[in-house]
Amino acid sequence: MVRRPGLATIHTHGRGDSPNTTSVTDAPAERASTIRNSLGVGLAVGVYGFAFGAASVASGLSVLQTSLLSLLAFTGGTQFAVVAVVAGGGTMAAALGSGLLLGSRNTLYAMRMAPLLQVRGVRRLGAALGTIDESTAMAVSQPTDDLGRTAFWWTFASVWVFWNAATLLGAAGANALGDPARYGLDAAVPAAFLALLAPRLRSGMVERRVAIAGAVIAFLLIPVTPPGVPVLAASAALVLATRVPPPRRAS
Amino acid sequence: MNLWLLVGLTCLGCYLLKLAGYLLPERLLEHGPIRRFVELVPVALLAALVVVEAVANGRHWDFDGPRLAGFAVGAVAVWRRAPFLVVVLAAALTAALLRLA
Repeated sequence: MVRRPGLATIHTHGRGDSPNTTSVTDAPAERASTIRNSLGVGLAVGVYGFAFGAASVASGLSVLQTSLLSLLAFTGGTQFAVVAVVAGGGTMAAALGSGLLLGSRNTLYAMRMAPLLQVRGVRRLGAALGTIDESTAMAVSQPTDDLGRTAFWWTFASVWVFWNAATLLGAAGANALGDPARYGLDAAVPAAFLALLAPRLRSGMVERRVAIAGAVIAFLLIPVTPPGVPVLAASAALVLATRVPPPRRAS
Repeated sequence: MNLWLLVGLTCLGCYLLKLAGYLLPERLLEHGPIRRFVELVPVALLAALVVVEAVANGRHWDFDGPRLAGFAVGAVAVWRRAPFLVVVLAAALTAALLRLA
C-alpha cells in the first residue's frame, strides 16, 4: 500500500540530498512494485475527479468545458479554485488569478523533474502536461533515477486516465441529479481543500503561519470584496507570515 | 463572464506554467525567494479556499449548519489521515443526512 505522498516528500528529497542514483540493476520486481503504487495513486486521486466534475457543472460550466479543464489544465487545486470563483459569481480576473497562482507550483515541480526525465521534443511537451503534485512526489520518492522515471510516467498516465473518466462521470451525473447541496457537495468541497492543504500544514511552522494568515484574510474580506478576491488576496499572507526568516534551510 | 474564455485561458496558462519549468535554467531553483514563494503560495490560497467554501455565500458570511457539520466531519477525517475519498464522502454524507432530517 502506498500512502498518498504530499509536498513534504518533495521537500525532503531535493536533488542535492536525494538518494536517487543511476542504477543498472533494477530488479523487475521493484519496477512492478513502483508501477503498482503509481496505479494506486492514480486511482485514489482520480476518483476525486467525481467531486470536481460535479462542482464544476454546479457552478455553471458545461460538461464539455468541465472535461476540457481536466484534460488540458490537469491540475486539481487550480481547477477547483477556478470553478469555486465562478460558483461565487466572481470575475474572470479573480478566477484566473487564483487558478494560475495555485498552478505556479507546477513550474517548480517541472524544474525538479527536468534533470531527471531529460526529455526533448514531443516527450517534453507530454511530460509538461503530466507534471503535477502526484507524479512529482512519486518520482522523487523512488530509490533510483530509473524507478523515478517509471513512477513519473505511470503516475501521470494513471492519474490522467482516472481523473478524466471520473470528471466526465461526475459532470454528467451532476446534470442528472440536480441540486448538489442535497448531496452535501457544499460540505465536501471545503473538506477536499483541507485534505489538499493538510500535508503542507504538517511540513512546517512557516506553512502553518501562512495558512492561518491566509484563512484570516479571506474570512475578513468575504463581506467586503467581490467573490474570488478573498482567495487571491490571501497570498498577501506570505508577506505577513514570512517576515521572520524561515527556520528551515532553503534547499 | 465568458466561460469559454476562462476555460481556454486556464488550460493554456496552466500548461505554459508547467512547460516553463522545463525551459527555465535549473539554477533559478536555487534562488531562495522564488522557491519560497512558489512553495508557500498554495498554502495561503488553499487555506483561503477552505474558509471561503466553508462559510461564504457570495459576498456574505453564511454559517449553514449542515455544511459546517459536514466540513467538521471531513476535517476530523483529514486529521485522522483518512484517504481523500473518505474525507469527501464523510463530509458530503453528513451534510446530506442532516438536510434530510
